[in-house]
Amino acid sequence: MQSQSTYNYKVVRQFALMTVVWGIVGMAVGVLCAAQLVWPELNFDTPWLTYSRLRPLHTNAVIFAFGGSALFATSYYVVQRTCHTRLFAEKLAAFTFWGWQVVILLAALTLPMGFTSGKEYAELEWPIDILITIVWVSYAIVFFGTIATRKIKHIYVANWFYGAFILTVALLHLVNSAEIPVSMFKSYSAYAGAADAMIQWWYGHNAVGFFLTAGFLGMMYYFVPKQVGRPVYSYRLSVVHFWALIFTYMWAGPHHLHYTALPDWTQSVGMVFSLILLAPSWGGMINGVMTLSGAWHQLRDDPVLKFLVTALSFYGMSTFEGPMMSIKTVNALSHYTDWTVGHVHSGALGWVAMISIGSIYYLIPRLFGREQMFSIKLIETHFWMATIGVVLYIASMWISGVMEGLMWRAVNADGTLTYSFAEVVKAKYPYLTIRFLGGLLFLSGMFVMAYNVLKTVAQGKAVEGGIPAPVAHAHA
Amino acid sequence: MTLTDMRVIVTVVSFVCFIGIVLWAFSSHRSKSFDEAAQLPFLDEDNAGKQSPSVSQHGAQQ
Repeated sequence: MQSQSTYNYKVVRQFALMTVVWGIVGMAVGVLCAAQLVWPELNFDTPWLTYSRLRPLHTNAVIFAFGGSALFATSYYVVQRTCHTRLFAEKLAAFTFWGWQVVILLAALTLPMGFTSGKEYAELEWPIDILITIVWVSYAIVFFGTIATRKIKHIYVANWFYGAFILTVALLHLVNSAEIPVSMFKSYSAYAGAADAMIQWWYGHNAVGFFLTAGFLGMMYYFVPKQVGRPVYSYRLSVVHFWALIFTYMWAGPHHLHYTALPDWTQSVGMVFSLILLAPSWGGMINGVMTLSGAWHQLRDDPVLKFLVTALSFYGMSTFEGPMMSIKTVNALSHYTDWTVGHVHSGALGWVAMISIGSIYYLIPRLFGREQMFSIKLIETHFWMATIGVVLYIASMWISGVMEGLMWRAVNADGTLTYSFAEVVKAKYPYLTIRFLGGLLFLSGMFVMAYNVLKTVAQGKAVEGGIPAPVAHAHA
Repeated sequence: MTLTDMRVIVTVVSFVCFIGIVLWAFSSHRSKSFDEAAQLPFLDEDNAGKQSPSVSQHGAQQ
């Protein structure tokens, strides 16, 4: 029996291309923020160009616009291809694309204008929060509807990770964004005091755990095996990895509030669960990397695989660093310093951006009917620009952060502070400059990618993948 | 029963549940179905390089 039906690649294409666009936009704002820390004049005395307004714009753009588009694109691709069925409720899928773009545009308008609810990574004001909820519920319907109508008995592990990401982000957003509107552009949190802070960081850390980790692990479990051409190292381990992550991540949030008004026992619980998190994180990382066992030679000449595997290395690094930083005594040194900024970017640039970039390089030729990307050489160039950029970025932030922490806590024999705040700022100057250069290099790599993608798209034409006939997988 | 009792129960039940999942995942009965599941990304032919979708009849294992 010949099946003529195809997968829906249109929405995947849209999100995949916007991933590149929003990557450039979000990282460009980040580079501007970094430049402002070196040359403060760059805000041109204009309110909407001030660091305080651009910084949330940067974080929202890279996490939700760039990362979000990559997650939408890959999850729609993977869920269809591992369920052997076309996307469920396609009109709704199209709505998630346009709805999400409107959310991003509204963020790009309101944040520089100064409209913010003041909650980190959840700054958008209440009307936009409502739109996010509507888009997200539609996303869940499309994704879980596709799984419900699958033609394959088993639900592949990548879909479990994507599913957990979608469900958890819905829960996080609904609880943390509960707010009381006082006008069209202003609302106040429904919670108060230490409880508000705890809910904020329960949200904040699980945004890292589920938006920036679980979804991207879904990418890992599909694109690494596909690019290597062999199944994941241990499927068993992937099941344990999934549940271990689900059971532990939820508790780790309090490590963002060490030495605050949060009860001590809550801080300790957060610290202990952050340390436990090392196990599932590394289990997953090893599972991904070991998928290459026996095929290591492929790393030599496949830059897409280099992106995917380097992403896993950075994932391993930052998930080791994170638990260490959650130890209260270490946190006493690292908190509020550039070390935190370095840690975040080792995860965000090294892990999230690199696995997304690798996955997009995998997707683009397949979505546009090409054998491969326009230029493999340019992928290689991009890879080295990105890697050197991240290393410059995080190394300078480590040095700057540890130095900053040590200078803040230094006291003279009579108990007075050794350094004034401004002296610490001055000492950071060279490192902030290196950080700016690292970020600039990473951003330049994104332009190389954009050129390569444009050329590939221009040479190809939009295609739809064929769904295998049901007989094809009867034995599966 | 106090709220604290509830919290203790939920925590213990979660832990037992997790141990159950680990035992289930490592039971030898699961081996075959896990091996099949791991092959899932490869049951689907890869259309890279093809201008029009073509449909496989024999469950192309790359």
